[in-house]
Amino acid sequence: MTRPVPKLDAVNRPFWTGGADGELRLMRCQDCKEFIHPPRPVCRHCLSDRVAPEAVAGTGVVDTFTVNYQPWAPNMEVPFVIARVTIDGAPGVYLTTNIIGCEPDAVDIGDKVRVSFEQQGEIHYPLFEKVD
Amino acid sequence: MAEAYITGIGQSEVGVRLERHPLLLTLDAVREALDEAGLSIDQIDGVSTYPGRVPVFLGFSPVGADELIDALGIRATWHAGGGEISSQLGAVVAAAMAVKTGAARHVLCFRTVYEAAALSRPDEYPPMRKKTVDGNSQWFAPFNAMSPANWTAQYAMRHVKRYGLTREQLAQIALNDRANGVRNPRALVRKPLTLDEYMSARMVSTPLCLYDCDRFTDASTVLIVSAGDAVDEVTCTPIRIAAFAGTVERHSWDQAEWMSCYPTGEDLWKQTDYTPADVDTVQFYDGFSFQAITWLEGLGFCERGEGGRFIEGGHRIALDGELPMNTGGGQIAGGRLHGFGFAHEAVTQLRGLGGERQVSNNPRVAVATSGGGPLATALLLAND
Repeated sequence: MTRPVPKLDAVNRPFWTGGADGELRLMRCQDCKEFIHPPRPVCRHCLSDRVAPEAVAGTGVVDTFTVNYQPWAPNMEVPFVIARVTIDGAPGVYLTTNIIGCEPDAVDIGDKVRVSFEQQGEIHYPLFEKVD
Repeated sequence: MAEAYITGIGQSEVGVRLERHPLLLTLDAVREALDEAGLSIDQIDGVSTYPGRVPVFLGFSPVGADELIDALGIRATWHAGGGEISSQLGAVVAAAMAVKTGAARHVLCFRTVYEAAALSRPDEYPPMRKKTVDGNSQWFAPFNAMSPANWTAQYAMRHVKRYGLTREQLAQIALNDRANGVRNPRALVRKPLTLDEYMSARMVSTPLCLYDCDRFTDASTVLIVSAGDAVDEVTCTPIRIAAFAGTVERHSWDQAEWMSCYPTGEDLWKQTDYTPADVDTVQFYDGFSFQAITWLEGLGFCERGEGGRFIEGGHRIALDGELPMNTGGGQIAGGRLHGFGFAHEAVTQLRGLGGERQVSNNPRVAVATSGGGPLATALLLAND
């Protein structure tokens, strides 16, 4: 599926390109150890500017989801699942993503999922698939 | 403390693919508001709007405060217009603060929308095209979660799974809107909707179907906010802005567990001696029907998670129910006036000018809200 392309900058680049090394990278405060998402050069928990991207496990749980039936752009293939996923080891972070590799009606809240990167050019979109 | 009142209110024709210039739609609403208040344009010394002129997406907001000041020959001692405010009705909150501090006496607040017309005239109003996405949209658009419908649907799905919200319950927002729209001469849709039609509608983003969503509309709505020591200059019944709130804890559509209407609803009641039991009618933002349910919960009209059961069968929120909701048809029947319509309708009801849709027993206190996700504003309005 065609996907809008994120504009890369110094702060978001680790997130959008980490998949090249098979890693899901989230910004983390090096002082208080909290995660910061969306990534920013400052920690929202302790105001430290000592932040750096770190690889996380890449597994998580479906927090909520919706099955989208509306083609918002020409040639958009529907239906597909949009989900909000919590990330193991990164409390407080939610990623909006797609659940792929199963029928849309097979997804439910609480499902365990694992990241699966889809590459388009420089960008490695972190999508998720269900773990059996 | 100094008070702020809503005095004159006005509304242009409400339609789709209107030919009339958006500045003239705004003028129509301004004239109606001035006439009602018995004010002249010379007495207007402030202008407030949301989200200001949006050049990359003109249909969304074709007229800003700057242009209106110049176009109507206003001498403004205070003005503001922008999107980074608690939500659409945040423009009214800003105006209330301006008149309370004496920065202005009569502030013209407006919201003009032209989305349907813009879509039908792409040469004049080119659609937004971008090669890349940045800012907040980079966290949604790459997953084709393009619309607030998707973002709102995810909250709604959690309500379904955690609290048992059913489609039959959710339907009551649209059914109530469409029933009330029949009685509102300016409503965009003036035809009732049946539960069968709702249940068989196509899905947009589960659990939201076609009838859970408002649609692009062309219209302008005006509310004049006047200082307490200036209301003797107006001829209409002034409606007091008894309290307002617009609390945000995380400014994000996906990093907060729930939407900003919950902290906003809680904080509204800290500003007033009124309680939810005093409220005679509610006008809740329903660009997506589910948002009205969360406002019910956020403002404490029922417990969190009980919104679906509260509106079950639709009797409580009907025009003759215990808490008449969206008496002008909300945005689903009334048109996507984008927030301002809810305050306009609340004022209409508190003045007893609702005609066929007037709530009985002289309503004195109303809540009007706007916003979804991280955006939330609640106004407590009183004829007291």
